[in-house]
Amino acid sequence: MSELEGLYQEVILDHSRRPRNCHAMKDPDRHADGYNPLCGDRFTIYLKLKDDRIADISFQGTGCAISTASASILTEILKGKTRAQAEALFDTFHDLVTGKTHGQGETPALGKLAAFSGVREFPVRVKCATLVWHTLRSALNGVKQTATTE
Amino acid sequence: MATTHETIQAPVRASSIPAFDVKRVREDFPILKEKVHGKPLIYLDNAATSQKPEKVIQAILRFYAHDCANVHRGVHLLSERATEVYESARRKVQRFLNAADAREIVYVRGTTEALNLVAQTFGRRHVQAGDEILITAMEHHSNIVPWQMLCEEKGATLRVAPINDRGELILEEFEKLLSARTRLAAVAHVSNALGTVNPVRQIVQMAHARGIPVLVDGAQAVPHLKVDVQELGCDFYAFSGHKVFGPTGIGALYGKLELLEAMPPFQGGGDMISSVTFEKTIYNVVPYKFEAGTPDIAEVYGLEAALDYLHHVGLGNIASYEHALLAYATEAIQQIPGVRIIGTAREKTGVISFVLDGIHAHDVGTILDREGIAVRTGHHCAQPVMDRFGVPATVRASLAFYNTKQEINALAAGIQRVKAVFG
Repeated sequence: MSELEGLYQEVILDHSRRPRNCHAMKDPDRHADGYNPLCGDRFTIYLKLKDDRIADISFQGTGCAISTASASILTEILKGKTRAQAEALFDTFHDLVTGKTHGQGETPALGKLAAFSGVREFPVRVKCATLVWHTLRSALNGVKQTATTE
Repeated sequence: MATTHETIQAPVRASSIPAFDVKRVREDFPILKEKVHGKPLIYLDNAATSQKPEKVIQAILRFYAHDCANVHRGVHLLSERATEVYESARRKVQRFLNAADAREIVYVRGTTEALNLVAQTFGRRHVQAGDEILITAMEHHSNIVPWQMLCEEKGATLRVAPINDRGELILEEFEKLLSARTRLAAVAHVSNALGTVNPVRQIVQMAHARGIPVLVDGAQAVPHLKVDVQELGCDFYAFSGHKVFGPTGIGALYGKLELLEAMPPFQGGGDMISSVTFEKTIYNVVPYKFEAGTPDIAEVYGLEAALDYLHHVGLGNIASYEHALLAYATEAIQQIPGVRIIGTAREKTGVISFVLDGIHAHDVGTILDREGIAVRTGHHCAQPVMDRFGVPATVRASLAFYNTKQEINALAAGIQRVKAVFG
């Protein structure tokens, strides 16, 4: 597999073409905006929380294939997870895309997120993959200002 | 006359245009031999910065290896040599812009610093609450933000003249916005995001008819067009060395002598004074009044070499070659299904900004990079232009005279590859 094929894996292309949970949410408990001023990617994350769990999650926005797929897969994977599980997944995901770990095998809990392992060969695209995760963190923490990757 | 297959003749009056041997000029640029991801570099990001000919690199080296000393200070030989080059380069910039007097050339870090200099000196002195500054909708952030900062400080208003769907300034709207309160009009000579060439002479005539001075951001113009500030009639003209095949960190501001003389200094420090006591400081004469501190001397050496080099190649030759290459590239790119070119002005320099249906500019940029092709993706420091055309970002291929038809063919093939990846 070439590095490009490693970056644009089928699951990423699929989620970028047909993003899941891509809509605004009525009466969310939390929402937060994320913006990458370097490329103009802009996303909003909406959450409904039940106790400490993410009962529902959706997103809206525009960005490249990597950031859009990241948002789509994030919403799929986090539904029903606790806040602590979400934080732990962000850490694992971050290590994966920055090349600190090597994806499937070592980190089975990643599931579809393992498709982002190719990002580590493209350092300038790490922010595309992580923007929506930073936005999620802002939403979970009730942060008002727009999340960035800086 | 060169007959290599890389020679392009302009479509009109081809016989009157001197042959341009692109193969030979490419030899002057060491970086063009670089490989990127194992492929030959195809550098199409010239509007961001241009590459440097060997002569420029050697000139910088010459300063540090043989002449390194401060300017206007020492009585020793090295300082004398450095000062001589520093001032002879100023005269070259003067000739490059056809300014009437070398004192009208102020060295700056680049266009951005030049615009801030005018905003902070001329602007602060002449702009009051209720006044207006007029710009256009195609400006780079560096010709927006300094004026916004000034307007905020003074309680003045920034007015923006609109552009049409081709990316051309709507002159009659511009003229309507020139009011009794307008203290300055600041316009790009060439748009960095669209390639549009503005009719600066007409703009200046309209503004001057109402007594309004005009500043021209020439960053994207000087690498491609012969600029004559006296013919344009503008009051200020700014450019960056690094976009004109010279080093980063050096540029020039042209200002009419009487305006510069009446302006307060920009920064305080050494060299910009003629005498200092704790009670009173007397400022130096122009242009030194605006050149506080030790300047970028090595970069001035490089800039001089770049202007010599451009003179040697000939801006006329460059303009005709690029004109033909732009026509070829526009044709090659716009015939790809799904491509939309943003910026189709009738008067354009070598910028092709485009979007690909359903594919984000960054994904295009990443895939092209793997083919060895360097383009810019994003908003090009011109977010209002992106908003005007309703796109978050574009891919921008920007040409220089060392680019070839083969490179354009590779770009077109690269775009096809992008489409194949995204199916």
